[in-house]
Amino acid sequence: MQLGEIAGLKPSQPMRDIFGEALLAVCQENPKVVVLDGDLGNSTKAERVRFTFPERFFNIGIAESNLVGIGAGLAACDLIPWITSFSSFLLCNAYDQIRLSIAMSNINAKILGSHGGITLGKDGPTQMGIEDLALMGGLPTMVMLVPSDPTSMHAAVRAATEYIGPVFLRSSRVAMPFIYPANDCPFEIGKANIVRQGKDLTIIGNGIMVAAGLDAAALLEKEGIQARVIDLFTIRPLDRDTIVNAARETGAIVSAEEHLLHGGVGANIARIVAENYPVPMRFIGLADVYVESADPYDLLKKYHLTAQDIVLAARDVYKAKISGAS
Amino acid sequence: MTESPIQIPDTESLKRLAKDLRLDILDMTTKAGSGHPSSSWSAVEILTALYFGGILNYRPDEPWWRERDRFIMSKGHAAPLLYAVLARAGYFDREELWRLREIDSPVQGHPIQGMMPGVEATTGSLGQGLSVGIGHILGGRLNNLDYRVYVLLGDGECEAGQIWEAAMAAAHFKCDRLTAILDYNKYQETGPISREMALEPLAEKWRSFGWQVDEVDGHDIGALIEKLKSARSVSNQPVIIIAHTIKGKGVSFVETDFRFHGRALTPEQAEKAREEILCS
Ligand SMILES: Cc1ncc(C[n+]2csc(CCOP(=O)(O)OP(=O)(O)O)c2C)c(N)n1
Ligand SMILES: [Mg+2]
Repeated sequence: MQLGEIAGLKPSQPMRDIFGEALLAVCQENPKVVVLDGDLGNSTKAERVRFTFPERFFNIGIAESNLVGIGAGLAACDLIPWITSFSSFLLCNAYDQIRLSIAMSNINAKILGSHGGITLGKDGPTQMGIEDLALMGGLPTMVMLVPSDPTSMHAAVRAATEYIGPVFLRSSRVAMPFIYPANDCPFEIGKANIVRQGKDLTIIGNGIMVAAGLDAAALLEKEGIQARVIDLFTIRPLDRDTIVNAARETGAIVSAEEHLLHGGVGANIARIVAENYPVPMRFIGLADVYVESADPYDLLKKYHLTAQDIVLAARDVYKAKISGAS
Repeated sequence: MTESPIQIPDTESLKRLAKDLRLDILDMTTKAGSGHPSSSWSAVEILTALYFGGILNYRPDEPWWRERDRFIMSKGHAAPLLYAVLARAGYFDREELWRLREIDSPVQGHPIQGMMPGVEATTGSLGQGLSVGIGHILGGRLNNLDYRVYVLLGDGECEAGQIWEAAMAAAHFKCDRLTAILDYNKYQETGPISREMALEPLAEKWRSFGWQVDEVDGHDIGALIEKLKSARSVSNQPVIIIAHTIKGKGVSFVETDFRFHGRALTPEQAEKAREEILCS
């Protein structure tokens, strides 16, 4: 069963192909955009820019700290660097460089962390980015975007490039189905999108978990439960209004993310809910374990990140809402 | 000093063993449908010399024996090679190899320390293994154990700053029981090293960091064994053996196309590869 199949979403190519296309497009539109690679351009598809604009593409090699520092210098020269690699290698090898040279300096640099989460699959836990959002969360000035489909990926790359300041864009390796029609996705940094209306509870997801949330909502509908689904594509700044409205109007929330629960997006949603309009919540994400090498879909199942897992959590939180428990 | 449990075979049988390892790597990665066969094939002779040429001192039935020599696969993406060697050395059943990258299997895509017997370090994010090796040397001194430590590095991996931090530290601490072997296959992931990030003059770099540098044909098992043996007599400084290799060695259409990096062969390509390896 592919992501989005239950909800009848149209399948698409792997997100990295979409990213490569989107990156090339912003390079074509804006001559200030330059691209830096950590010897993974073939995997991130940043190489699309290398083939078209070789003079604006730099492979810094297997040297992420240097990659980030050079990006920071380019940004200070009024260029717009896109610093690209796997989320894990960038964040874990060059965190202090991202912290000082980019976040604290509040410069206009963009970071692509590809292969976030566990769906890179068979290469295993050393290459997975299960802590990237938590780490980026530790950098107060960093805008964090996690697109959920091809259309929002295009929109996110454009929005990140136009925004003035540091932006992190996280992508996962698996193909994500279309949630929005091609070229038609409302995308404003800091504004979440409601992608399905519902009154009984709300599923809040990002990245691949939006399609999984829509699948879950389709299953819940058969049981007579109307789930609202929110695409929380901006992780910072969080869309407080959309979250609080969901709590007020649906009375129960399930958060779902392809990331560790500890330090994850769910915890930040819960903070907003607790402060403004407490309702029962449940959390789908990774428990405190390192995931293993395997087929992505096998992993999603084993580590409880599927539509079925969201359904179980939704039933539970809905029951709590009805019975007045928490 | 205790001898390796494996009788040191003659060069002809080591060559046959290298061929078998190449086939294991092929079968493992083809079945898994992913992995890094070309990076693994590049260093087959290096690990054959280390594990079966009488260099490493180890006990497969007692994998964490305190006095064992350590081998650290810093270029962790060559995990299939490491597993194939450990299996043939007797650390675990060869059947385990066919579970590479499968769910519920300990045979991880990149090595995780202790998850399989004989896997000494968690690697796969490049640049880290040499530092861990220095720690083993310093620990060995404190524990009064006189084992040796061998670390396999990729050439692209040498772009990582941590490698040079470790290079400096190993010389500073006079780690003469530390030997690095550099799999100098002249390619990284996205292209030739010389095009992506010039490493040369490489031997001079290591020398200037205080290392004794030797060079060898990395597919000549006999020469490798000799160089590894003579590294033992160096005192007061670490040794690096720059092994000139061919990425994808043994399979012509992989040798000539760097884009095979990180890719398993299709079943058809695998058949061609098997024939070439068998006929070599
Ligand atoms: C820190 C880090 N950055 C990037 C990668 C992705 N990566 C895996 S293998 C590889 C190329 C390695 O080249 P080299 O060290 O020459 O090894 P070879 O495959 O040629 O033996 C890259 C860039 C990684 N594993 N770790
Ligand atoms: Mg190489």
